Amino acid sequence: MIIRGGIVYDPANGIFGEEMDLCIDGGRIVEDAKGEVIDARGLLVMPGGVDAHSHIAGKKMNTGRIMRPDDSRLGTEPRSGVCRPSTGYTVPNCYAMGYRYARMGYTTAFEAATPIIEARHTHEELEEIPILDKGALTLFGNNWEVMECVHDKDIAKLAAYVAWGLRAARGYGIKIVNPGGGEAWGFGSNVKGLYDPVPNFDVTPAEIIHALAEANEMLRLPHSIHLHFNNLGKPGNYTTALETLEALKDIKPSRMRQAVHVTHMQFSAYGGTSWRDFESKAPVIADYINRHNHATMDMGQLLFGAATTMTADAPLEYGNARLTHNKWSNHDIELEESSGVVPMVYSRKMLVNAVQWAIGLELALLTEDPWKVLMTTDSPNGSPFVNYPEVIALLMSKPKRDSEMATLHAELSKRTSLGGIERELDWSEIAIMTRAAPARILGLEDKGHLGFGADGDVSIYNLLPEEVDASKEHATVKKALATAKYTIKSGIVVCKDGKIIATPRGKTYWVDAAAAQADMDRLMVDLQEKFERYYSVQMSNYAVQDVYVTNPKVIKAGIGAEPLKEVA
Amino acid sequence: MRVEDAICSFCGCLCDDINVEVEENKVKRVRHACRLGSSKIMGHERIRSPMVRKDGELKEVSYQEAYERAAEILLAASKPLLYGWASTVCEAQKKGILLAEEVGGVLDSTATVCHGPSVIGIEEKGLPGATLGQVKNRADTIVFWGCNPAEAHPRHSLRYSSNACGRFTSEGRSAKKIIVVDVRETRTSKNADMQVIIQPGTDYEVISALRMLVAGKGDVVPEEVGGVAKKELASLAEMLLAAKFGAVFFGLGITHSRGRYKNIDNALSLVADLNSHTKFVIMPMRGHYNVGGIGQVLAWSSGYPMSVDFTRQAPYFNPGETAACDLLAKADTDAALIIAADPASNFPRKIVEELAKMPIIQIDPYENPTTLLADVVIPSAIAGVEAEGTAYRMDGLALRMRKLVNSSYPSDEQILDGILESVRSLRSSMSLRGGLKDDN
Repeated sequence: MIIRGGIVYDPANGIFGEEMDLCIDGGRIVEDAKGEVIDARGLLVMPGGVDAHSHIAGKKMNTGRIMRPDDSRLGTEPRSGVCRPSTGYTVPNCYAMGYRYARMGYTTAFEAATPIIEARHTHEELEEIPILDKGALTLFGNNWEVMECVHDKDIAKLAAYVAWGLRAARGYGIKIVNPGGGEAWGFGSNVKGLYDPVPNFDVTPAEIIHALAEANEMLRLPHSIHLHFNNLGKPGNYTTALETLEALKDIKPSRMRQAVHVTHMQFSAYGGTSWRDFESKAPVIADYINRHNHATMDMGQLLFGAATTMTADAPLEYGNARLTHNKWSNHDIELEESSGVVPMVYSRKMLVNAVQWAIGLELALLTEDPWKVLMTTDSPNGSPFVNYPEVIALLMSKPKRDSEMATLHAELSKRTSLGGIERELDWSEIAIMTRAAPARILGLEDKGHLGFGADGDVSIYNLLPEEVDASKEHATVKKALATAKYTIKSGIVVCKDGKIIATPRGKTYWVDAAAAQADMDRLMVDLQEKFERYYSVQMSNYAVQDVYVTNPKVIKAGIGAEPLKEVA
Repeated sequence: MRVEDAICSFCGCLCDDINVEVEENKVKRVRHACRLGSSKIMGHERIRSPMVRKDGELKEVSYQEAYERAAEILLAASKPLLYGWASTVCEAQKKGILLAEEVGGVLDSTATVCHGPSVIGIEEKGLPGATLGQVKNRADTIVFWGCNPAEAHPRHSLRYSSNACGRFTSEGRSAKKIIVVDVRETRTSKNADMQVIIQPGTDYEVISALRMLVAGKGDVVPEEVGGVAKKELASLAEMLLAAKFGAVFFGLGITHSRGRYKNIDNALSLVADLNSHTKFVIMPMRGHYNVGGIGQVLAWSSGYPMSVDFTRQAPYFNPGETAACDLLAKADTDAALIIAADPASNFPRKIVEELAKMPIIQIDPYENPTTLLADVVIPSAIAGVEAEGTAYRMDGLALRMRKLVNSSYPSDEQILDGILESVRSLRSSMSLRGGLKDDN
């Protein structure tokens, strides 16, 4: 396949809007190819979109669907052509998940949070999502074995457990959510800060995070720890954010990447002492990120309208439910996690929601280096992913932001600096925040760029980047990004002018990390006891079997050459 | 040969510590299972061959002939019902949903006459739940409401609930408070610290009274509610509030008594209220081993967990209109595919009479009263014994069922594949619209 004459943005390879041809053969970008010619003359061409943090599969998502038939009814599309039926808006069914990402030019999405014991369910759903390449991050932050290793300061055993857990879950990396808080929620409480001890385990959130970061680097995992801070969603929590980032400054990354990725920073950049004097601390956070190089983040942008909040931060969800008097699902997961799901509507009339909306944008606009901040909505927590074009249009257009702000609470300008920010992102920066940076941050070498050998994932938009003034013509930008002219996945045109025309099966990434056999042996003693006494399932029925990952892409990592022993 | 850690395919407990001894491809001995599970795994008299009704009699035919007859029935129908699904694995359920899409039918599960009202309650209020291991490790107070696990889920108490030992419950039964609320004494209530006998059909009132007591508004509660003295209810409320971790398990006694989904709505609200004071979770006691699975698979495929109408190409869900019994009561369906279920025994009589009027395809390892009504009978391998696959426990945990013995019978998934292929080839020979490929 040859894509002719597009205006290509491939920042990872130093290409910032050059007219050039792209060739794809055997599913990869190559120097020269024959076959189908796609006329992209003058059009915006980028690598396929990569979403490094989205809730797309597993128990939380299905809980959302089951408790929200009202949402499933939105966005219903009948089966037609190659497509199975679509339903849902904030909690779409699996088919819609694949089709809608592909329609926007996205070809890769990573599920943000899976407990090991429930990973089988996550993979069942990932397998049903058409087109996309995907992976799932694995939850470790409230795990008994983790906390016991941390308590014993046994990082080698912790690393062995992480390796074992990733393999058992067919998981991609370490996700940490409100560390310690999920365990405390087992008896209905929470941890209040980084140094508040976890009941019954005599460790602090700070120790859990630091130890997992050490283990992450000991195993040389492709991704860093992926962190959802303590105190998320609470006024005044920016101090927890800064404190946590400071505590991770000494972590030495084992690869060319960050030491910590902070997810949905918007929910952790809050000032004030209550919702009454709630205000943005995004400038402080952005300033910290600008001055340090060990952390990256994603926006977690909030947009007005419907959302479904879903997170392993169960106490937060209980709070959401009490605050909004909305329906509440909770799910505690033995020895590993807790979680919750609560529907939400963000209102333009609510000052708090308006401030949250502004914070996400401030974070992205005040962070100087676009490689440090990804465009996300923590879908569907801040807004479902289908609204990414709205976020991008806001980032590219000061007039659009101004006209939005004019419709919001008069007090807003006192609570945020957004009104004074002149910066408008350009296409190179957008390509970084939605393609190149998420791939680099996740450690996906073949994604997010168009160099030779990269995956043949390309999006072509019906927009002339050299003629369209994104600042003034933001409506055009938004429309073009919502419906790619072509989405090409592994060299196959999967979507043309918004119509899905092919639904190839995507890959599932997981990380197979090796740990030292001696540590693994010590670990097994612990785990055997855990399964005999505490788990409600047998160890032999615990790990995800190969049959659940039919098209795996295994990334090898770990210490030494010794491969990890087969999970029992 | 010994199979260790096999998973029992009887009830929603999905006990996964079963040891099975197999000799000459036959199950000889089952260890650790309860009597119900053991009997299921040991098996009994099977349907020998596919059968098609000709001149009023079921006649043995080949599988292919049975698939083709099934396809004819499904394609001739304007609104076929594809019902059952609770006692088979997710792999078959996925195929069933695809078949329902392709023939434009309604897919419903046995939940409709079981925990269907619980699902509707959850749609109203959400489900504050936990995995069973969380209950095992933490719960010091357990309420069984309208359920009788001692007889229906015999190993539940020892593995997960009243008699289980875990990290924070190392003393087991002796350090726990067990409460049974029911309309009569049961075997479960013999193991209880407190038994509350309520008048039939008063669950809603009793829960409402408890909510008032928990909220400190006991003054509005009358002296007697549902036949229970206020004093007794007040001491029950105190026990709930004194819990460090409480768990409510509920069964059909509350989902199918007066009030139905409103009872569940109220029970879910009680648990949400209790979380302002302490930690509480709630869980339906699911019956068939994978009735949870069909809810999960349907939800991720269609957005809805039961009673999904695919006749308009897009999923449509409206319990009261699209549930199996609703369709049959209004004679709004004209053919049925019944898999891994026995509606002839479990549906109301009037509904069964309606069912008997239409062509029926049955897929099942065993003969049951539904077989008497069936026009096509297709015997299958027993999922979880003779075929592998995925099942979801009552707490939503997915496990992989092991295959214990080989079988000459095809699996449910293979049978549905056979029917799907026959549907596609019959349709293309009839050159009708509808299949995925035809729409291009």
